[in-house]
Amino acid sequence: MLYIFCPHCGSRSQNEFAYGGDATVKRPELNKEISDQEWNNFVYLRKSPRGKHLELWHHISGCRQWIKVERDTSTHEIFKTYRADELTE
Amino acid sequence: MSQDFRLDNIGMVNRNKKISFTFNGKKYFGYEGDTIASALIANGVHLVGRSFKYHRPRGFFGVGVDEPYAILQLERNNERDPNIRATEQEIFEGLEVKSVNCWPSVNFDIGAINNFLKMFFPAGFYYKTFMWPPSFWYKIYEPFIRMAAGFGEASIKHDKERYEHKYEYCDLLITGSGPSGLASAYAAAKNGARVILAEDKPRYGGSLLTSDVNIGNQTGAEWSEKIITELKSMSNVIVKNRSQVFGYYDHNMLVMSERISDHLPKTQKYMPKQRLWYIRAKEVLISSGSIERPLVFGNNDTPGVMLSSAAKEYMKVYGVLVGKKPLIFTNNDSGYETAIEFKKNGVNPLILDTRKEPFSDIITEAKNLGIEIKFSHVVVAAKGYKKVKSADIAKISDNKKDLSNIENIECDCICVSGFWTPSIHLASQSGNKSEFNEKIDAFIPKKSKQKENTIGSANGKFTLEETINEAFDKGYEVSNKITENNNKVSIPTVVEKKSSEHDKFWCVPLPKGKSYKRFLDFQNDVAVTDIELALREGFRSIEHVKRYTTLGMATDQGKTSNLNGLQLVSDIENKVVPQVGHTTFRPPYTPVSIGVIVGREVGKHSKPTRKSPMHEWHEKNNAVFVDAGVWLRPRYYKQGNETLFEASKREAKNVRKNVGICDVTTLGKIDVKGPDAAEFLNRVYTNAWLKLPVGKARYGVMLREDGIVMDDGTTTRISENHYHMTTTTAQAANVLSHLEYYLQLVWPELNVNVVSTTEQWAGAAIAGPNSRALLMKLFPNSDVSNEGLPFMGYKEGDLFGTPAKIYRISFSGELAYEVNVESDYGNFMWEKIIEVGKEFQIQPYGTEALSTLRIEMGHVAGSELDGRTIPHDASLEGLVSKKKDFIGKRSLSRSAFTKPDREKIVGVVPLDKTTSIPEGSYIVKDPKAKLPNPKLGHVSASCWSVEYDNPFSLAIIKDGKNMIGQKLFAMSPLKNKTIPVEIVSSHYVDPEGKRVRA
Repeated sequence: MLYIFCPHCGSRSQNEFAYGGDATVKRPELNKEISDQEWNNFVYLRKSPRGKHLELWHHISGCRQWIKVERDTSTHEIFKTYRADELTE
Repeated sequence: MSQDFRLDNIGMVNRNKKISFTFNGKKYFGYEGDTIASALIANGVHLVGRSFKYHRPRGFFGVGVDEPYAILQLERNNERDPNIRATEQEIFEGLEVKSVNCWPSVNFDIGAINNFLKMFFPAGFYYKTFMWPPSFWYKIYEPFIRMAAGFGEASIKHDKERYEHKYEYCDLLITGSGPSGLASAYAAAKNGARVILAEDKPRYGGSLLTSDVNIGNQTGAEWSEKIITELKSMSNVIVKNRSQVFGYYDHNMLVMSERISDHLPKTQKYMPKQRLWYIRAKEVLISSGSIERPLVFGNNDTPGVMLSSAAKEYMKVYGVLVGKKPLIFTNNDSGYETAIEFKKNGVNPLILDTRKEPFSDIITEAKNLGIEIKFSHVVVAAKGYKKVKSADIAKISDNKKDLSNIENIECDCICVSGFWTPSIHLASQSGNKSEFNEKIDAFIPKKSKQKENTIGSANGKFTLEETINEAFDKGYEVSNKITENNNKVSIPTVVEKKSSEHDKFWCVPLPKGKSYKRFLDFQNDVAVTDIELALREGFRSIEHVKRYTTLGMATDQGKTSNLNGLQLVSDIENKVVPQVGHTTFRPPYTPVSIGVIVGREVGKHSKPTRKSPMHEWHEKNNAVFVDAGVWLRPRYYKQGNETLFEASKREAKNVRKNVGICDVTTLGKIDVKGPDAAEFLNRVYTNAWLKLPVGKARYGVMLREDGIVMDDGTTTRISENHYHMTTTTAQAANVLSHLEYYLQLVWPELNVNVVSTTEQWAGAAIAGPNSRALLMKLFPNSDVSNEGLPFMGYKEGDLFGTPAKIYRISFSGELAYEVNVESDYGNFMWEKIIEVGKEFQIQPYGTEALSTLRIEMGHVAGSELDGRTIPHDASLEGLVSKKKDFIGKRSLSRSAFTKPDREKIVGVVPLDKTTSIPEGSYIVKDPKAKLPNPKLGHVSASCWSVEYDNPFSLAIIKDGKNMIGQKLFAMSPLKNKTIPVEIVSSHYVDPEGKRVRA
């Protein structure tokens, strides 16, 4: 079970969190004209990298904040965690 | 039976406490501190089971966790516990155990005929032998094999024992209390680290309890006693015996099962049987020791053949002799220690050493004691069926290929030692790669993957001095890293006998003309010939060989067999062991009971049960409950002998005719607050929200980004910057996460806060033509007239002194209101409404009537908003704004969502007006069409319309709008029904919505 550092609460066990998917996806701006292809990419297409990945976790049984976690998907090593509003490297 | 094999002046069992137990119905005595194994051996019992495949007699092979043979079934308080290792289970007064895998009895086992039909059970026999004719497999072969196989029978009764879970955090977890575990725990604890020391056996000390060594001028046993006593007294140390750390997971999470009352005759109240520990450790020291390897020779599975270290432990810990005419067969010095122990206890052993001219202190000591030793000698085969009676021994040539001078000598046990295998399981589970160490012919952990180190004999260190020094250093080093303290304890001096090198020889060749079975895996009956066959048949990868032959796949997970199996494969392939590699170690290290994994989360505790504040009232008024997610909701209120159908019809009718009250507390409620709340709702919902005035509610639909409807509900503007959102019961948690996602990650610039208030409000829906009259009596000081509180209006009121919120919203399609009060006043509110409502013929209604009312009104719910529908499909397209953008809007213009014949909700009425249509039925044009019959859609919800007194269903079908008026068929292959139906509008009752505005 992973041990995730929540920037708001400290290190907590994985079972306090819900996984939220790829954190690098950016929602297209509201009211912006975009092609089917672009929208399709946003809604459906996700990379599933082996190795370093920036992902979202929701501290659902804690502070209820969404956080960003930089994790190695094959070793589970967590390099760094960020607040939702923090810029990632 | 008397304990003929019990020694008088040795052992750690409590001789003052005699304990009786039964084995296969027969009564035996042992002492407190005995295991089933030691007590039975004391009584001269060596036949305890039958092997898995050939049903060969099984005795005891080890003395602990590695035991492959003595798997018994325990009976206790009328409960059955299968897969109990006799070498681990301590006896208690009244314990009942029996043998498994034998019928009718362990002494006379019909299945043993398999032993003479060996040719039908080669490696992979289940792929070959029982293949023809195919129809025989299910009826004859499989039932027969299933009856013959298996280790015991699980109880089918509810397990009444209590199991618990516990979470613990520590600086340092140490797995195993042998010399390395004790020394490192002591060093770390003295340096201020928070330490957990786990020992799977009842007694601490590991090999120190049985080896003839001296630490700091004390015997090994005395020293371990002293250390453990001191550790127990320290507040920063948790010491646990009977506790097996069986799994090493990510981020230094280890799981341990503690057997708390397995050794007690009866569990005391509130005392769990076992406890599962989840331990998050900053650092881990794996000091799990090593397990002796067997030597392979003919019939080496005969009862009486056992590990030499086990024989020694039976003597030194339990005061029990495994035999009175022992033969020691060894390729290293360990066998000598056992022989010396026998000699000290008045028994004359014979040592067969495979080595030619070994020399060491301990060999000299054995010689000086007058123990007979034959060098360059091996056991060719054990003789005897249910117990070793003699052994064929021989001289072996220097190249270890040829046998000579074969002679038979009498013996009653054969103690084997093929050197030691480090227990690297936990390190491997942690993710370590292992490396083969030529010096010890075994794998040891390579580089630490997580924050862990392996120490002592688990790391291939087989001298005590080396072990103790390393452990003290590691304990200090690791604790220093965490605590930054510098308290170093002094390392005691160690006195031990120096050992000579072991012999790499491990498998005795067959003499000419003999075909003895030489077993590698004792639990799954895998012999040398099986591995040879698998390789002849082309299996190469060790993972494949393992699965084909089942080597190491039994409940002991090959603790004693794996390395010999690898040796054999590499010998045949002319490779070396590291080239062959080893199979993967996975948790659990030892079998763990399902009970302890589940813990308290059984039955009603498997998930929380949520109840509304009015729950007791519902119970008192004969409510029959239904699970709605984790909530319990009244499904109907039973009067007399009413059925569900009758009761729900009565309740729904009463709503249409008079007035009903329904508990709607379970609806999700979310407070949305902040200056940008209106803008936020405008983006979340498909319809417009910017102009909703204070004191008004609006129905809204929210989508996922892919355009699918996520949830619906009403949201009310309580004040300028405060909205009260409701969600469906099922989606409440998801909607909150959804809102938080957009506020925190997508539009952080919006100044809005959301919080769940579901538990804060108790809700009652009051529905029916009499509802306003009732409301007027409930709130005499508020204007609840049609003008004062119009449809979709909101107002605060005073309910007999309790502040209440009144929403004029309707799910039933009738004139209806929802009254909310703070949860603590929920029951008060409910009782007042019932009391005042009497004169208006009020009746409570449950979810079944609620469904009937909404279905015949064509109001959609979860069965229509099923994760596949877009607003159009549910006839909600009128709520989709064309002007503004919102979550999921862009998806709605995708081609599949704009097709002209897109599915749409319709009503379905059977032509005969009497046959109810099963939910899930297909709507088809031609019931006799060729399969697969092209379906137009499915029936999502069915009810008995109380308005028209005939069945009515909702369905979502292709091109629904243009289907209205058509005669089609509803088919339910599940219920084997085909019903001619007419498609009608989904708004079956009051299509203009006059009633809600009345």
